[in-house]
Amino acid sequence: MSILHIVNKSPYEKSSLYTAVDFVKDSDVVLLIEDAVYAAARGGKAAEKLSGLDISVLGADLAARGIGEDKLIDGVSVVDYAGFVDLVKAKDSTQSWL
Amino acid sequence: MSDVKKLMYVNRRAPYGTIYAWESLEVVLIGAAFDQDVSLAFLDDGVYQLTKGQNTEDTGMKNFSATYAALGDYEVTKIYVEKDSLDERGLLLDDLQHLVWEDEDEDWAEKDSIRLVSRAELADLMADQDIMFNF
Amino acid sequence: MTIEVNGKSLEVDEEGYLANLNDWEPNVADAMSKEDDLELTNDHWEIINFLREYYEEYQIAPAVRVLTKAVGKKLGKDKGNSKYLYELFPYGPGKQACRYAGLPKPTGCV
Repeated sequence: MSILHIVNKSPYEKSSLYTAVDFVKDSDVVLLIEDAVYAAARGGKAAEKLSGLDISVLGADLAARGIGEDKLIDGVSVVDYAGFVDLVKAKDSTQSWL
Repeated sequence: MSDVKKLMYVNRRAPYGTIYAWESLEVVLIGAAFDQDVSLAFLDDGVYQLTKGQNTEDTGMKNFSATYAALGDYEVTKIYVEKDSLDERGLLLDDLQHLVWEDEDEDWAEKDSIRLVSRAELADLMADQDIMFNF
Repeated sequence: MTIEVNGKSLEVDEEGYLANLNDWEPNVADAMSKEDDLELTNDHWEIINFLREYYEEYQIAPAVRVLTKAVGKKLGKDKGNSKYLYELFPYGPGKQACRYAGLPKPTGCV
């Protein structure tokens, strides 16, 4: 069973991302949307927690917040809304860490 | 004048994820009509409000980041950004918009609005306010 | 509520401001001013265009005080004063000119 973990809160304001990361298994993907996309910005403290994980971020939310793809940590996939849907389909279930 | 109060708007939330940032900006613009001694403080996720290059086109939300550049026109000239908050998020002053105000008395000379402050300096500024609005 | 412009019905709010910014075209200002019995001159258009540029840049309609100062800077002191602007737009330069320019009611207009 694989899970898509969706996080939408800033890691600097809420601990949702860190809780989610503790629950991630090898076959899982973490999708960062809304304010959670700040976690994938290089140089931030939260970025350290994401190493070794399969991370996707929603492109529209990155752009809204002025985070260029060149500012992301390595190994992060940027997806559009269709890619979001593909991820949901690809995994057996979805867990939203609101 | 003794009836001029020192007002500080304290911004601690990222834009777009919640409505706080835009609400704060609207209150600041409306409140600017009352000729008080106004300052804005940005700390924690609030520093994200001022980042350059925001493009909300694909989210269907209003991009209000352009409006911060109008604060100078509204005579809001004191914008304090807390440095530890930038550091923690991997941001530099250069990642923020260059906000200025124009001094009418000096032939519209452009002056920087943003002042980088430490947590201790911001605490001192807060202690000096008559009223603080928190967003 | 709607306003008729060139045979098209455009939606406006209860105070007559365009509901959709993208509906604006110069004929909108003409139609609105006709309802107010006002003939638009180049001087009016200068302010209307100025407001549209201001909105484009800052995403807000400026308060009257801000408009006055900004007009003074761009178009000269003889135009950047409330007497001049109120003569052009007797219902208030912020409210009336912004309405003609297709902008929302000015932020800071209480």
